[in-house]
Amino acid sequence: MNKPYKIAVIDYRMSNMFSIKNALTVLGFDVEVTSDYSTIVSCDGAILPGVGSFPEAMKNIKELNLDYAIKDIISSGKPFVGICLGFQLLFDKSDEIEDTFGLGILPGEVKSFSELNDKIRVPHVGWNNIKKKQMTNIKNNFDPLMKLKDQEYFYFVHSFYVKPEDNKDIYTTTEHGGHNFCSSILKENIFACQFHPEKSGEKGIRILSEIFNR
Amino acid sequence: MSLTLRIIPRLDIKGPNLVKGVHLEGLRVLGKPESFAKYYYEQGADELFYQDVVASLYGRNNLHSIISRTAKEVFIPLTVGGGIRNIEDISSILKAGADKVSINTSVIGNPEFISSASHTFGSSTIVVSIEAIKQPDGSYIAFTDNGRNSSGKEVISWAKEVEQLGAGEILLTFVDQEGSGKGFDLMLAKQICSAVKIPVIIHGGAGNKQHVLDLTKHLSLSGVAIASLFHYDCILHNRQLDDYEEEGNIDFLKSNRVLSSIESTSIKELKSFLIENNIACRINE
Repeated sequence: MNKPYKIAVIDYRMSNMFSIKNALTVLGFDVEVTSDYSTIVSCDGAILPGVGSFPEAMKNIKELNLDYAIKDIISSGKPFVGICLGFQLLFDKSDEIEDTFGLGILPGEVKSFSELNDKIRVPHVGWNNIKKKQMTNIKNNFDPLMKLKDQEYFYFVHSFYVKPEDNKDIYTTTEHGGHNFCSSILKENIFACQFHPEKSGEKGIRILSEIFNR
Repeated sequence: MSLTLRIIPRLDIKGPNLVKGVHLEGLRVLGKPESFAKYYYEQGADELFYQDVVASLYGRNNLHSIISRTAKEVFIPLTVGGGIRNIEDISSILKAGADKVSINTSVIGNPEFISSASHTFGSSTIVVSIEAIKQPDGSYIAFTDNGRNSSGKEVISWAKEVEQLGAGEILLTFVDQEGSGKGFDLMLAKQICSAVKIPVIIHGGAGNKQHVLDLTKHLSLSGVAIASLFHYDCILHNRQLDDYEEEGNIDFLKSNRVLSSIESTSIKELKSFLIENNIACRINE
């Protein structure tokens, strides 16, 4: 198998890029932290990381014209990964702080945990397990969690959750406070997750390797 | 299934060294923090906590290079505390490779800093540390500077205020118990867990596995931060861990003594024990 060589970590001026860059470098990839259109689309895959608030993130993405770069690298068919806020941003809109439109690449919206019930602990921080769903829309054998056993633990830290419109996109679910939410999606060349593979020990690192070592 | 109990080794750092005190005072040098961190990662730690214990003395956090080295080897969340006063301090610690910061002293005088920090970095990045000391009248007061200065704030009402202002987590340290191995203050732990909805991490007092079980059995606790139990285990299993920097008090290391009230245990042992007693923990394969 050919190893992709260069991965763009999309820089929209708010995330902790360091940990994702470290993880990819340890795996032997060439990593470019960048907000430049041509650099992003010329890479062999891209990651949209994320920590911070949804409205602030969308503002930065627009100012840096990154929405075009993200859409273009996705439509080129190269592996694309969204993590945490970078997962949420792919959807239509979020009600974090104020209603804000997202990138609209996947149908669905981002909702607040605290509106679900009074007892739920928010933020949802810590190690929780992910339950795989039977997938119907796997393309080109792109199935990053294929080798994982069901009910593996990953590290989460977030106050909002994604509600995809299309159930077919849901790859895994996770329970918090009695509520099952979508913890990752898989659609053709897009894998995006609420948890942090780069902070989930060796198992998490292996997922990243699985995605880009194809 | 849902969230597991987070087992968080706490590393108090002075200059280049991991140190450990009793009641956050009387520091002894134990070794290189990065080596302990790596051992804890391999043992299945769910997160790491680094505290610069002399940051307030120097007016800033000096852990940046230790953070960077750790983040290259350890792929679990890292929280860093000590001497964090403004947005730039947080930014530089996150850039060094930390995932969260823990703040105490600077938010006591300026609670609004919690709001501005959580607005800028997201609330889940901001941990507020509360150092509690029981008063003669039975009340609990929040202290700063490793339990040296009283803030005058009552612990539970301060915890609620901190939550209101946007903190993502609370780290509650029982200063009286810290390093003593006498067990946790179960009463206060219970009060704080029911007073706030944000995750609570408890630190200070673990002398053995049973203490941790007693604490977690009846509480909806998010995590436990542990120092001595794990540090002594790490030293026992890695005698020749490092060439120690000749800074600070290393007599303790040379003497091979451990506190008799501390029954050292590894993270793996602790987790298996908790799982046997129906506390959900993540086991590292």
